[in-house]
Amino acid sequence: MSATTGAGADLALLPDDVEDDLRATLDRALAARCTPARVAAAYDGDDSLAGELWTALVDLGLPALLVPEEHGGAGAGAREAAAVLDVLARHAAPVPYLSSAVVATTALGALGTGELLGRLAGGEVAALLVPATVHRADDVAPLALHDDGTVSGAVRSVVGVAGGVPAGVLLVPVAGADGAALVAVRPGDPGVDVTPVVSLDMTTPLADVRLDRAPATLLPGDARAAVSAGLAAGAALGASALAGTATWALTTTVAYLQQRRQFGRVVGGYQALKHRLADLYAEVEQATATARYAAAALAADDPDLAVATAVAQSWCSEVAVHATEEAVQLHGGLGMTWEHPCHLHLKRARAGALVLGSPAAHRDDLTTLVDLPPPHPDQGGSPSWT
Amino acid sequence: MTAAGPATDHRADLEARADALLAAHDPATTERQAFLDARYDAGLAWVHVPEGHGGLGLPRALQPVVDDRLGAAGAPDNDPRRNGIGLGMAAPTILAFGTPAQQERLLRPLWTGREIWCQLFSEPGAGSDLAAVATRAVPDPSSGSGGSADRWRVSGQKVWTSSAHLADRALLLARTDPDAPKHRGLTYFALDMRQPGVEVRPLRQLTGEAEFNEVFLTDAVVEDADRLGDVGAGWQVANATLMSERVAIGSGAAREAGMLGVVADAWRTAPSGHRTADAHQRLLRLWVESEALRTTGMRLAQKLAAGAPGPEGSAMKLGFARLAQQLSSLEVELRGDDGLRYDDWTLRRPDQVDMTGRDTGYRYLRAKGNSIEGGTSEVLRNIIAERVLGLPSEHRVDKDVAWKDLPR
Repeated sequence: MSATTGAGADLALLPDDVEDDLRATLDRALAARCTPARVAAAYDGDDSLAGELWTALVDLGLPALLVPEEHGGAGAGAREAAAVLDVLARHAAPVPYLSSAVVATTALGALGTGELLGRLAGGEVAALLVPATVHRADDVAPLALHDDGTVSGAVRSVVGVAGGVPAGVLLVPVAGADGAALVAVRPGDPGVDVTPVVSLDMTTPLADVRLDRAPATLLPGDARAAVSAGLAAGAALGASALAGTATWALTTTVAYLQQRRQFGRVVGGYQALKHRLADLYAEVEQATATARYAAAALAADDPDLAVATAVAQSWCSEVAVHATEEAVQLHGGLGMTWEHPCHLHLKRARAGALVLGSPAAHRDDLTTLVDLPPPHPDQGGSPSWT
Repeated sequence: MTAAGPATDHRADLEARADALLAAHDPATTERQAFLDARYDAGLAWVHVPEGHGGLGLPRALQPVVDDRLGAAGAPDNDPRRNGIGLGMAAPTILAFGTPAQQERLLRPLWTGREIWCQLFSEPGAGSDLAAVATRAVPDPSSGSGGSADRWRVSGQKVWTSSAHLADRALLLARTDPDAPKHRGLTYFALDMRQPGVEVRPLRQLTGEAEFNEVFLTDAVVEDADRLGDVGAGWQVANATLMSERVAIGSGAAREAGMLGVVADAWRTAPSGHRTADAHQRLLRLWVESEALRTTGMRLAQKLAAGAPGPEGSAMKLGFARLAQQLSSLEVELRGDDGLRYDDWTLRRPDQVDMTGRDTGYRYLRAKGNSIEGGTSEVLRNIIAERVLGLPSEHRVDKDVAWKDLPR
């Protein structure tokens, strides 16, 4: 049985001074620029905010957090990257931090591809060309690598390729005569067709990508291990983004209900609402704990990482959706308007819960991780009438 | 991510102290109480407690260093499960509110287990509304001089008292001023349970056993020297006790400890006919939720290592109760026709309560109490909403009225 009893007992789950400073700095940078109106503008075709925000993140050195120092990165930890994702989520910031600075960067780091990593540390955006909902390397269908080194195939619904900060390089899992590999493809090259799609959550824009004998550069190394590492880091840290969304929803709703008056009294004083918010508080606290635990496990390369990620992803996804749904309901008519930011976070939560694996997919991982096997309907064991 | 430096130094120092204790008092030849007393004197009983009272003033998180070292050497422990209320509730209360003389007198026998404690809080008319307690403590006019009594006389009825039939001492909340509003007329005492004015009767519960008691107090004597906190300050003292209780109830430790482990093992060993796809999905959800609560407890413990328990612990207790009930109910289902059976309805009085013990039906029934004892889930939600989230308080009609004038 792999459910080790003392699992992760010494992982620190509270922020240190470095993380507190990082959070405060990023929060200030975002508060000045990332207003709900400008975020909502992406739904009406104006995604200029994304570029401005990405420049600010690059100025703070944040895309370099997970890049090793020898490749021009900060060599900082997963906990700091988790803090960045948490704060970005609280502002519904439309930047490809998870897809580029975490998933693609970790995959490249696993390969040890120095030159490309250096460019990512400097702010270039990369995207791993897999469907947004995939979280296991085994579920990735490689594209065709031709003998002449070009690549063909199509991938639907990819995160971080299109939008206000389009990817400058695509990392494409391929299979050819020599087996599996990872190749780099430039979106502007002939044979590369990137079609932006209208996304449920326009702060995480999607694209459909079709490659037709596109020129590609082979990235040496273990492609499967690299894709697996990238997706694992994305799932582990993505939980912090979901926890951030849930925290925003709870605190915003509580603040509103503390001042909203109906029937001559503060609405937040009704016990029916107090009890709902108390339950939501408990859920959100637990979401924060699971997300921090997963980030700490990734940072420490703890053997409990896979379990921690399955727990954090499944829990935080559902709590983020629940919290933002409660936010819409408890803001009353205001929650249904375009002006109020509730809908921006609702869409992020509902879509974000599917990105890098649905809650059910992550719970499914636990069947083997902690030895809770699914039922086998054919194993009756008792005599049958027929 | 373990902090290096000072914590490592403490660790080595504690191991050295434990080794010195073992060298001076060989567990193989030392009588149990003598060893426990020596451990108390060495400051290794509870390291987070100040020096002189069995501790060294170190972080609570370092206690396992001592426990592991002494346990590995075969040393006796203080059998903490026998005195859960003493260690979990009485000790923090005495440490926070006791005088130096009280700490000197009460803490050692409490820790070594020579004195078992119980808690005389709830009454038939004071459950969630604990501040409504009607048990009276009156100064005994035959004691003391110059208007201040050395001794109080206590009369009233308490209920839901676990361990009362075993206890030597009780944490007692009693009314000393019926003319004051209810929160202000209470005083907190450490009552001697071994006296004629204290009568303990078993209280049978829905599991068939009598884990709790009713306690009838009739002119029971409590010395003024055993008063914890000021006269009239009982409510503040009681709140500190209750916070400790909720943390004690709410915080788990290892993965798959408690009810989850029982149900997960039931799944692993159940005949395949009882393992349905629906039950599997529910089990996975509960496994995740249990783990979410466990990591929340870890995080809370890391916060607590620095300070006192706050109202956040209420959320732990809320989650613990919900999970225990859902898990134990799922277990009944997983057991198939075994889930229809019950081990024994005979009235018995267990010395210790194991919520995950006995059989499936017992676990299911006992878990019903988890959302009632130590603060109902409804009251805990009020506490979270008001003290953590800052939402308005419930409308109160009884706050500024003299207790004796409240409608009953």
